Amino acid sequence: MRVFRDAGHLFRLAGLFAVGTLSFFIIRAFLVPRSFGEYGHYRGAAISEIAAHPIRFAGHQTCETCHTDVAQTKNSGKHAQVNCEACHGPLAKHADDPSIDPGKPDTAVLCVRCHAASAAKPKGFPQVDADQHSNGLPCQTCHQPHNPAIAAGGAK
Amino acid sequence: MTLTRRQLLILLPAAAVAWESLLAGTPEASPNYTMTEHWWSMLIDIPKCIGCGNCVRACQAENDVPDGFFRTWVERYHVDDWHLANPQVISPDGGKEGFPVAKEDEGKYFFVPKLCNQCADSPCTQVCPVGATFIAPDGVVLVDQKYCLGCAYCVQACPYGCRYIHPEKKVADKCTLCYHRITKGLTTACCEACPTGARQLADLKNPNDPIHAFLKTHSVQVLKPQMATGAKVFYNALDGSVR
Repeated sequence: MRVFRDAGHLFRLAGLFAVGTLSFFIIRAFLVPRSFGEYGHYRGAAISEIAAHPIRFAGHQTCETCHTDVAQTKNSGKHAQVNCEACHGPLAKHADDPSIDPGKPDTAVLCVRCHAASAAKPKGFPQVDADQHSNGLPCQTCHQPHNPAIAAGGAK
Repeated sequence: MTLTRRQLLILLPAAAVAWESLLAGTPEASPNYTMTEHWWSMLIDIPKCIGCGNCVRACQAENDVPDGFFRTWVERYHVDDWHLANPQVISPDGGKEGFPVAKEDEGKYFFVPKLCNQCADSPCTQVCPVGATFIAPDGVVLVDQKYCLGCAYCVQACPYGCRYIHPEKKVADKCTLCYHRITKGLTTACCEACPTGARQLADLKNPNDPIHAFLKTHSVQVLKPQMATGAKVFYNALDGSVR
């Protein structure tokens, strides 16, 4: 075969090329995560890793399984739509272990956060100028936070 | 220890199987959740927002968002008469501690809570060079922080400014729509903490979700519709001055 005479360098090159291609696929198989491409051009396992993040807000359904009395008071008043942790803060730890004391929220900060009068707030939303409204008395003197109507009574 | 050829040939496939299971990664975190049955979105009812900042604080507590960075924040708009193109917008510390009192003034005020719009044609996922950010099969735009290089291309690409580079992890971070909560049947932390119901998580694939009735009966808009991002955060009564 005249064609293949003196063609040794070509075969050596072809062999080198084959080895290179093979090692590319072997290295690639090791480096690309197994779940890459499972749903698209990304690592599919990332989805369950993100979903494994710990929960901090237990959710009002969880609160209401134990605190049925408070839920009843709250749901009969103007704060029915306000979830427990909107004021009490994230309490998943307390829900997991009720011996953890969640502490009482500070009404001096809490009430005005929503109810301080401001022209920027929607007109129908109940707002007061705290100084004029109560002369410095704490809100819960007259309003019970779980059912704020005066008729429902405040802390005595 | 000496290995015969026979032993080696038996051991090799066994080792390969072990390696496969090692690479397969962590098991499903939410076993009763089927991604393809959901298409998540959010509804924001602007006339209900009072600018209390509960959502911003809840988000930071739930998702360990570092100080000075925001996955959600609240802006207060003040539009003077007809000057729609020049609204005065403030968002002190993302509205985390509320807003300064506004006196009765000319023009109108309103609050606009913002978060990742979970775009169906998201610019941020399109530009990622390594496949570290993606739209999950349930419509939530997520970041694989183990894969992210921190090149910040996506931070530039987001037209809504919803992404940032985490100051410690040095990778992209953003709203996950509380993915760890919604896959377990809970609502997001911001919706849980909103006292007026101005924010509501919605599942567009659930025919019984109240969002369908709401969308039929209200003037609803998304942010920057001209950018065709397929944004899935719907704003009720959105003013034309909002950017």
